[in-house]
Amino acid sequence: MLGGTEGRRRRGRQRMRWLDGITDSMDFDEEFLETKEQLQKLQDGNHLLFQQVPMVEIDGMKLVQTRSILHYIADKHHLFGKDLKERTLIDMYVEGTLDLLELLIMHPFLKPDDQQKEVANMAQKAIIRYFPVFEKVLRGHGQRFLVGNQLSLADIILLQTILALEEKIPNILSAFPHLQEYTVKISNIPTIKKFLEPGSKKKPPPDDIYVRTVYNIFMP
Amino acid sequence: MIKYYRNQETAIMAGKPKLHYFNGRGRMECIRWLLAAAGVEFEEKFIEQPEDLDKLRNDGSLMFQQVPMVEIDGMKLVQTRAILNYIATKYNLYGKDMKERALIDMYSEGVEDLGEMIMHLPLCPPDQKDAKIAQIKERTTNRYFPAFEKVLKNHGQDYLVGNKLSKADIHLVELLYYVEELDPSLLANFPLLKGLKARVSSLPAVKKFLQPGSQRKPPMDEKNLEEAKRIFRIK
Repeated sequence: MLGGTEGRRRRGRQRMRWLDGITDSMDFDEEFLETKEQLQKLQDGNHLLFQQVPMVEIDGMKLVQTRSILHYIADKHHLFGKDLKERTLIDMYVEGTLDLLELLIMHPFLKPDDQQKEVANMAQKAIIRYFPVFEKVLRGHGQRFLVGNQLSLADIILLQTILALEEKIPNILSAFPHLQEYTVKISNIPTIKKFLEPGSKKKPPPDDIYVRTVYNIFMP
Repeated sequence: MIKYYRNQETAIMAGKPKLHYFNGRGRMECIRWLLAAAGVEFEEKFIEQPEDLDKLRNDGSLMFQQVPMVEIDGMKLVQTRAILNYIATKYNLYGKDMKERALIDMYSEGVEDLGEMIMHLPLCPPDQKDAKIAQIKERTTNRYFPAFEKVLKNHGQDYLVGNKLSKADIHLVELLYYVEELDPSLLANFPLLKGLKARVSSLPAVKKFLQPGSQRKPPMDEKNLEEAKRIFRIK
């Protein structure tokens, strides 16, 4: 692929960055939004199909909508399984994990009083609803990856979610030995390892500046 | 004939997809639309009591303890998008290549964003409802309808992507019906969307689905809302 992709977004929506970062043939550029005026300019210039970011310029398209971007990149880089059944399994795992990741993404924007309660809610959902599924899958086939014995979108989204949860709840994986081993193994894949190192394009945990920036840009 | 599909105990035709959900639109309706438009006959097993949902969970039939769930081709599929994508791929409603799929995905996601707002309206507290409806109308006329009208205008073709019916058209037309239920005047300035609605509605399988007595579900009323709350244990 010639050239890089250009991602225009605020610092928050990390999912694309993760996916771009680990596909070894895919370097990418980022244009950060910092002001409302910049967003307005993108909207007025008809660059955003639904007036929203994330938007990724790739292969002559201006893709919006997180899932459509993720699917395109995954398809292109063979991270979506080898057939329809594998693809569907990956889809199910990704959709479930995104439900959990969505809680993390929204968390910084909750009222401070609600934030602590929400951490407990996230932990409960992770431990009772989502992690047991993936622990069982890994235990069941004994393979390194969730689907089809090769890296897929499902692994990347799950790893991202686990690491983001561990930032808030360090021992979240304590009851899941297979997921612990899995996290280590996936993190050590060279492209992912590189992305997890300081100085990469991976964004840090949300802080007050992040929240303020988002409000400045997106609040009417 | 209709009783055939609704009464699981007597349905003898094997191999049809089986939908597990409560008897209402919710998150299953777009799946019903897609199957219907693809000309696929399906069965429904309605969850009527919280205990029915508990049983599905305890059986291990629900990957993330949630419905919708569709039994199809030996799988128990969950997660609305995964189910839709499987059906669309199987019945050639997902474009011919990666790039078409990306466009179909983008358009479908936009439809889903607006559809989600409309779907949640019955759950909105009464004092917030007017503001919510105003927001939905604003988004419809300023954001979503113009985007889709422009797509159709730019290529001048009958369908959103690749000059062929896809899941994007079906999801959008379903949405157009919901917007019409909310306020018919919202479609007034979008002739190409009206054209798409008429065109898709006249496809034999869709036409059949739109007739009374089909498996299409009516808008949520008070009774239906109470039933859903009871089944899903929502306060």
